[in-house]
Amino acid sequence: MNMREPIISFKDYTYHYRAQAAPTITDINLEIYKGERIIIVGPSGCGKSTLAHCLNGLNPFSYPGEIKGNLTICGVETAKSGIFELSQYVGTVLQDTDGQFIGMTVLEDIAFSMENECIPQKELIERTKAEAEKVGLLSKLGDAPHALSGGQKQRVSMAGVMVNQVPILLFDEPLANLDPAAGRDAIELIDKLQKDGEKTVIIIEHRLEDAMHMGADRIIMMENGKIISDSTPEELFLSNKLIEAGIREPLYLTALKYADVALSKDMHVERMQTLSLADTHKEQIRKWFAKRQAKEPAPEREEVLRVENIHFGYTPERENLTDISFTIRKGDMVSIVGKNGAGKSTMAKLLCGFETPNKGKLYLRGRDMAEDTIKERAAHIGYVMQNPNQMISKPMIYDEVALSLVMQKLPEEEIKERVHETLKICGLYEFRNWPINALSYGQKKRVTIASILVSKPQILILDEPTAGQDFRHYTEIMEFLKELNEKGYTVLMITHDMHLMLEYTSRSLVFSEGRKIADTTPEKLFANPQLLQQASLKETSLYQLAKDCGLPEEAYIRAFIEYDREVRS
Amino acid sequence: MSATLSYIKKNSPIHKLTGSTKFIFFLVWSLAAMITYDTRVLVGMFLLGVVFFRMSKLTWKDIRFAVLFMVWLIALNLIALFLFSPEQGVGIYGTRTEIVHLFWRYSIIAEEMFYLFNFMMKYLAVIPAALLFILTTDPSEFAASLNKIGVSYKVGYSVAIALRYIPDIQRDFREISQAQQARGIDLSKKDKMVDRLKNSAAILFPLVLSSLDRIEVISNAMELRGFGKNKKRTWIVERPFKKADYVAIGIAVCAMVISMLFIFLNGGRFYNPFV
Amino acid sequence: MEKKSNITIKSIVAIGIGAALFFVAGRFIALPSPVPNTTMNIQYGILSVFSIIFGPFVGVLAGFIGHTLIDLTWGSPWWSWIIASAVFGLIVGLVKKKIDIENGVFGKKEIILFNVTQVIAHAICWIVIASVLDVVIYQEAFSKLVMQSLTAWALNSVTTGVVGTALLFAYAKTRTKAGSLQKED
Repeated sequence: MNMREPIISFKDYTYHYRAQAAPTITDINLEIYKGERIIIVGPSGCGKSTLAHCLNGLNPFSYPGEIKGNLTICGVETAKSGIFELSQYVGTVLQDTDGQFIGMTVLEDIAFSMENECIPQKELIERTKAEAEKVGLLSKLGDAPHALSGGQKQRVSMAGVMVNQVPILLFDEPLANLDPAAGRDAIELIDKLQKDGEKTVIIIEHRLEDAMHMGADRIIMMENGKIISDSTPEELFLSNKLIEAGIREPLYLTALKYADVALSKDMHVERMQTLSLADTHKEQIRKWFAKRQAKEPAPEREEVLRVENIHFGYTPERENLTDISFTIRKGDMVSIVGKNGAGKSTMAKLLCGFETPNKGKLYLRGRDMAEDTIKERAAHIGYVMQNPNQMISKPMIYDEVALSLVMQKLPEEEIKERVHETLKICGLYEFRNWPINALSYGQKKRVTIASILVSKPQILILDEPTAGQDFRHYTEIMEFLKELNEKGYTVLMITHDMHLMLEYTSRSLVFSEGRKIADTTPEKLFANPQLLQQASLKETSLYQLAKDCGLPEEAYIRAFIEYDREVRS
Repeated sequence: MSATLSYIKKNSPIHKLTGSTKFIFFLVWSLAAMITYDTRVLVGMFLLGVVFFRMSKLTWKDIRFAVLFMVWLIALNLIALFLFSPEQGVGIYGTRTEIVHLFWRYSIIAEEMFYLFNFMMKYLAVIPAALLFILTTDPSEFAASLNKIGVSYKVGYSVAIALRYIPDIQRDFREISQAQQARGIDLSKKDKMVDRLKNSAAILFPLVLSSLDRIEVISNAMELRGFGKNKKRTWIVERPFKKADYVAIGIAVCAMVISMLFIFLNGGRFYNPFV
Repeated sequence: MEKKSNITIKSIVAIGIGAALFFVAGRFIALPSPVPNTTMNIQYGILSVFSIIFGPFVGVLAGFIGHTLIDLTWGSPWWSWIIASAVFGLIVGLVKKKIDIENGVFGKKEIILFNVTQVIAHAICWIVIASVLDVVIYQEAFSKLVMQSLTAWALNSVTTGVVGTALLFAYAKTRTKAGSLQKED
């Protein structure tokens, strides 16, 4: 095939779901060439998932709708094709690493699509092993999904679509469920698979800097169902389009802009690795840094929570937490970080009383909590689960927020008053009589936080408050939490999100293999490569930038964070 | 959950049989026990079952809880049967040999005791086969086995999906109910029954809703990977039949034939020692 | 061009997930009931929801597979009751067409229809099917079965009535469109 012959071609393409009032994507004109790597970005609801569904045939064959214009893939008109035919050209890796892991073991999941093709068993085994080797999972063939990490599950899915030798790989938010280190590995693997197999790769992702880790040929930006930009990464980064569309630009670009460095074409701004700064630029950054004064650390406030030498195991054979101690002070905003299975969530469960420690003590304002029941603790410590859909048990907003008060059988008047007060704090008062499903994801998250706040706990523990959220929702949720924090609430967040740590927390507890290995500031953490690795995080581009300019990394990161907070507020 | 039986990996002749064999064996075996009430057949099947169990290298510890639970269930049933109809055996065997009168309408009657013994044996004859099937069959082989014995592969895959997602749903359930407990929804509380049921709905609702979302994702993932494309499909975990498999199925068929033969010889399902 | 087969992939998955939920609810949620040594079978509340949303085919198989798995993890299947569970899923699924749950319609009329159906379905399953099979397979005494089946019928009807109705009501609310909503001060 000729390099300049498009493998995918949208012509005046519009897709209108049968159940929707208006088309979801309109007038798409896009050509993608063989061997290209394309990143598609855009805020939630911009139509990027719809576009992906049009490529793999879920639209219109699973979600019916009306098509205008046309879309051809490898010369096939998609509207006249079908999901099964299209799946020979486009292999899709979905965001939900558990949902798409269909087989009982790695072996079965990789073989799944070949089994459906009725390939004889001998060949099945050979090809499955070959594919497992490419993604580095040959030793894990017999493992069940719950024995694998998120990154490993995703690699199984990649192997599972590549067994068919598809020319096009489509990734729908591949980084959303992975920690930063696993996300980096995923992008590196995609890069390798693409180069070895001459594939065309399309990545839909809003974490642009992470997705750009190994570069891309083009970035397509979508908004309101339309393509608003189609250019090389460099052209896009030199423009202001990302900020205008509310998409987070790479941190190093922000840092350069803060230092008033004029970006130009010869600087190769598309990736931190390619960035070449002239001495004058470096001087500008050093000057900017010199002007920044380190803030006085806030005075230490009274202690609200103390954890002392906690040991815990779900089974007697294995300890999940070993000798954990830390102190949380009133008004703290703390991130708890570490790999999946490092013990972060277990720690939260112990604090809430869902599990009981084998050894050690937990103190709430100096008082031992050992005798307190789950409910008694809930009056002081509120726990918010990651997925709001797992917490919401009433269809109406008012009822959901009132639930815990109703369970306490409080008088109706008091319930009403407290619910209304809480709804006002959470900015949901005007929606009080709405059904919850009419709300956006960010608003739903607020409802779940409101349903906890109504019991007036002073400490909030949130599990991955921003996982899978675009920049707008991320900002919405985090600004709300920041407001609560400023009102005096103590906030603990279990998170993988490096931006969250840097932008919103003053302290990070790092867990690794059941131990607390660090209790430090985010800037110290991000200036310590070894610690980052143990926490399954990755270096930020700020670290590299500071190094390139000969600045002290930790101090530079701190200066950047402080300045960034000022600018944003 | 130590009380839940599941696959235990070992290296034994029983483990080496294919999933299909064990499934067929289990079905035919329980059918054979189901149709007969002949004491000799049931006792024979039970003893043979124990022999097979010994061959599987499984230990008493693996099954202790399950067996005790079954014994308890059977005991409850026996007591209930006796209390509700103390003369059921008389009706079945046609004679009445009273050993000792207890009180009111209750007596120890040989025919009734024999009927209850047979009732118990009917369960005991099946339990070893059922335990072997559960404990020695790799769940991965389940769907392929069903397909092999003629069940549509799509329905077979429903079973595979159930087995695949039970641990996930169980984990979701545990997490949801913990979070709801913190909000005061506690199922162990001594509330009125209707309140307790309503509370359980408050826990089940998020579980059901997130499961419905999951159905969407899974079916998309399966469709995108060509599930349902052809009338057949192959299975990577399927194993070919060996001699032992034919022998095992042969034994089950023999049990079936003997069971039917005795019904024919007895002129009914019951073996009657009282005439 | 592919032809839509009558067994869609979605219903295959719904059977599997429905059975898994039935299993988890039946195996791990033990709500004590007023009758000693029995527990409330809240899994029938869930099964009825799947039957209403996905229809009789999903209902019958989810009930069958779910109940079989529960019994297998205890040690031995009780076929008569397994078949009763399957038939329950089937019968409730028959009124799927009359209850437009996907468009959020679950008012008084639907609630009554659902509950009448589930009570009748439980009656057919426990009083008729389970008992007849117990007589045929195990030659159990009729009077014991009367007590057993009436208890099962009553408990399961109450459970399904409360849990099933509550779940369907809440589910219907999630299907309503947000178009007509207005903010209030």
